[in-house]
Amino acid sequence: MISRVEVQETNKMIREMNLDVRTITMGISLMDCAHTDLSVFNQKIYDKITKSAEKLVKTGEDLEKQFGVPIVNKRISVTPISIAAGALNTDTYVPVAEALDKAAREVGVNFLGGFSALVQKGCTTGDRKLIESIPEALAVTERVCASVNVGSSRSGINMDAVKLMGDIIRQTAERTADRDSIGCAKLVVFCNAVEDNPFMAGAFHGVGERECVINVGVSGPGVVKRALEEVKGQDFETLCETIKRTAFKITRVGQLVAQEASKRLGVPFGIIDLSLAPTPLIGDSIAEIFQVMGLEEAGAPGTTAALAILNDNVKKGGVMASSYVGGLSGAFIPVSEDHGMIQAVQRGALTLEKLEAMTCVCSVGLDMIAIPGDTSKETLSGIIADEAAIGMVNNKTTAVRLIPVIGKGVGEMVEFGGLLGYAPIMPVNSFNCAGFVDRGGRIPAPIHSFKN
Amino acid sequence: MKGIITVLGKDKVGIIAKVCTYLADNNVNILDISQTIVQDYFNMMMIVDISLAEKSFEVLVEELHHAGEEIGVEIKLQHEDIFNIMHRI
Repeated sequence: MISRVEVQETNKMIREMNLDVRTITMGISLMDCAHTDLSVFNQKIYDKITKSAEKLVKTGEDLEKQFGVPIVNKRISVTPISIAAGALNTDTYVPVAEALDKAAREVGVNFLGGFSALVQKGCTTGDRKLIESIPEALAVTERVCASVNVGSSRSGINMDAVKLMGDIIRQTAERTADRDSIGCAKLVVFCNAVEDNPFMAGAFHGVGERECVINVGVSGPGVVKRALEEVKGQDFETLCETIKRTAFKITRVGQLVAQEASKRLGVPFGIIDLSLAPTPLIGDSIAEIFQVMGLEEAGAPGTTAALAILNDNVKKGGVMASSYVGGLSGAFIPVSEDHGMIQAVQRGALTLEKLEAMTCVCSVGLDMIAIPGDTSKETLSGIIADEAAIGMVNNKTTAVRLIPVIGKGVGEMVEFGGLLGYAPIMPVNSFNCAGFVDRGGRIPAPIHSFKN
Repeated sequence: MKGIITVLGKDKVGIIAKVCTYLADNNVNILDISQTIVQDYFNMMMIVDISLAEKSFEVLVEELHHAGEEIGVEIKLQHEDIFNIMHRI
């Protein structure tokens, strides 16, 4: 029998602690749309996406009502376009991005991910065309997200791609300079990208996936924070246990929504991504969790350890709650999307270097960080190379989503709106790294037999 | 199919009547009620059986919500699964 206390606890989590299901993402394979003619290809992908995801948004809204838990985003991920469009006889993939954008608008999803290329070992002709189309594609579309995987623990780091991506990020920033370079908020550079990640901007439908699948990303930093407030000052065992228990409950909600969505849409359930994803709302922040753990601000000594504890225990609690766990699973540490992180930057507690250190133990990487508009493409490539190296050596996913805000400098604010939030522009180490980045070629994969 | 109704708001005459009348009109059977009033705040939980209701779950959710708005309390209907799955292994 359901007890009153349990009902109250669940509803308190939803009402006061911002418990939500962050996203239902439908992964759709576009492999069977391959064609040499651009207009035929565009029509095929448009038809397939709009048909597969016809009921996605409505189903999400129905589930929201049925369980009384908010489902914030309904999204789509597709086969990396560089693969699906490999046969295309065209110089630019921008019209493909436009077709994807149109399809996303038609079915009512806020983002569609998969304008992507996987080039960890090398670029095909299609990969190169796709990458070169990114700045224009992100400028002329609203909902399309792009990602490029430039390295992996097995293949090493494709430094030609790293070099190219520094340039692409700059071009994207310039193409959307009138909107605070928002194009860069929709572009992620990965190392060890995963194929089933439901979170944007890095979501795509991997080649090892089935035809169509439902992945769900859970959220709930607010719930963890409130739970930790109850055990303030107690030892680490209690701290870890509390995170685990809370993560379990949060993930169960995700599991329920995922199973029900999969049943109603007649699409197999893929994975639950056990991630704590913050929002710019007060009380829904990862940085506030650090504060409850006992740090004055995110970035203070101890932050990396605090993040490691959080990340690990979210996974430990979550895995038992769902049979299939995947995606990026852990704690995200975006700057602009987290009220507490923004405050930490403004107070001078959090620097880019500390964020980089934290990415060794977080679920993704340098995420949603606004930097000066005059940051050079070589510096961007250098930062990408550093972050990719962390991922490659540590067998984990890392990513870079930096926004060089054209026309703005350190200390100025930039506003992206909605879930993308707002951010103060952070200083970047601007000593030259061109001689390193310009070498080109590939960094060989690391040896893994002498783990250290 | 069972649902859980929670009602929260400042106490006044007729809250239970309003909810129960709506449920009766829509063929929803009440299985259990518990209710407390803490410092003038009315807090009620009901377990209901909605398998005989003609309206869909989503419509019931919406209409109950509106009924609550009319008398200034928050009425929420949720599928029981969310509580079962969260608190039971």
